[in-house]
Amino acid sequence: MGNFPQKVDRFIESFIAQNGYVRVLEGLRNTLLIAVCGLLIGILIGTVIATVRVIPKYKRLPRILNGFCSFYVGLFRGTPIVVQLLVFYYVMLPLMGIRMTGVQVSMLVFGLNSGAYISEIMRSGILSVDPGQMEGGRAVGLSFGTTMIRIVIPQAVKNILPTLGNEFIALIKETSVVSFVGAADLYVAFSYIGSNTYEFMVPYLVMAVIYILLVLIISTGIRIMERSLRRSDRSH
Amino acid sequence: MIEVINLEKHFGDSKVLKGINITIEKGDIVVVIGPSGSGKSTFLRCLNCMEDPTGGQIIFNGVDIADMKVDINVHRRRMGMVFQHFNLFSNKTVIQNIMLAPVLIQCQELRRAKRRNLWIRCSNLFRKAENKRELVAIGTTRAQIKAKARADALSLLKRIGLEDKAEVYPSTLSGGQKQRVAIIRSLAMNPDVILFDEPTSALDPEMVGEVLDLMKALAREGMTMIIVTHEMGFAREVANRVLFIDDGRILESAPPEEFFGAPKNPRLKEFLSKVLA
Repeated sequence: MGNFPQKVDRFIESFIAQNGYVRVLEGLRNTLLIAVCGLLIGILIGTVIATVRVIPKYKRLPRILNGFCSFYVGLFRGTPIVVQLLVFYYVMLPLMGIRMTGVQVSMLVFGLNSGAYISEIMRSGILSVDPGQMEGGRAVGLSFGTTMIRIVIPQAVKNILPTLGNEFIALIKETSVVSFVGAADLYVAFSYIGSNTYEFMVPYLVMAVIYILLVLIISTGIRIMERSLRRSDRSH
Repeated sequence: MIEVINLEKHFGDSKVLKGINITIEKGDIVVVIGPSGSGKSTFLRCLNCMEDPTGGQIIFNGVDIADMKVDINVHRRRMGMVFQHFNLFSNKTVIQNIMLAPVLIQCQELRRAKRRNLWIRCSNLFRKAENKRELVAIGTTRAQIKAKARADALSLLKRIGLEDKAEVYPSTLSGGQKQRVAIIRSLAMNPDVILFDEPTSALDPEMVGEVLDLMKALAREGMTMIIVTHEMGFAREVANRVLFIDDGRILESAPPEEFFGAPKNPRLKEFLSKVLA
């Protein structure tokens, strides 16, 4: 620890003079891009799956869809995200003959993966909404889908917002594995600086601080959003 | 207007409705009473297929709506329903609650008409001048639909004296206010009949009156109503027919004077002696 100030100097030099900050900013952009796109895709997939799983099942089509959704959720929850990334990047894409960058693959895989988790969160959210809301919608002649979209899902989202925020935070942190498929995220940027200066202590410390700041900002944002969505609950 | 033929419903092994037959004419006010667990709520919920009947037919305006193949949503629009627990949309304001279904449904029809016109226009390109197909007439726009629904909703709210509550969320209303809003929400669809599923059972006693008054007003206007209730006084005053359901069957069906004055069925006699005592 004796030469800590020296290490900080070396880091600052590499960070500013040798354009390390450009890589860090790029890494930050990629990390956020992957997490946000992953979350959006995840919410979309999760909502669809959750809806399919709560449709009453006395017809054949919902039953088949339900089976498919269970399979999907099992598949993506049963394998590590790194394995999914590798399989997509090195197996699926070459087999299908599609070219994608590491960042694009990461967005897709994180979306598919979080979709499986969000579907369960969303399903518990939908089940937490009073069944009377669905009945009220059906009784005035709206279809199952319309009632779901207009009435039930908005209320479900309000109920699960804290959990959804957790999922987003987890997603941000999980993105630190995307270097496996060659996407340049925060981790890649800081290890580049580290290997440039033969000095890893400060870069990784700064990286940790950036992750913490990111998570703090996001959790504040979620709190604000939650408060504005609670408006309709306030009595008087 | 509604003809129920041999309606049956069972949940798993337990048979709740064991063959119900009844005809309801336009303007009828039918009150359904019976002990708890007798199947009267299930009967009402089967009428608009909230519970899918497991047997029998429900002919509503000439269509068997118990048939799983018909689009039940279209028929439910002509058949309002009021619930024990109000079931107002808690993420919508009072006026949105009332406007929502009329606006969504009319906009849906508008979109359908526009899609159809687009198709006709495209196919007309390939037709000769003499046999071009006519476009579907579109008389309204989204804004007009919304404005009209809003005006209708406001006049309905004015009728129940709650126009100042238009922009608040239902959670701020009292039980009686919620139920009255729920009633005019179903009125906003201009239904042919309204089903009431114990509309006053979840209310504080002092609020029962305001809801019953609104229902009496509807009755005077000639609305067809089917009401499951425990309010015997209301049944006697407003109904033109009272049904007694027990054990999944209609045991007695008579005008209120006869029903309460000279009940024939022994189970009904016993029931009345308990509730009227």
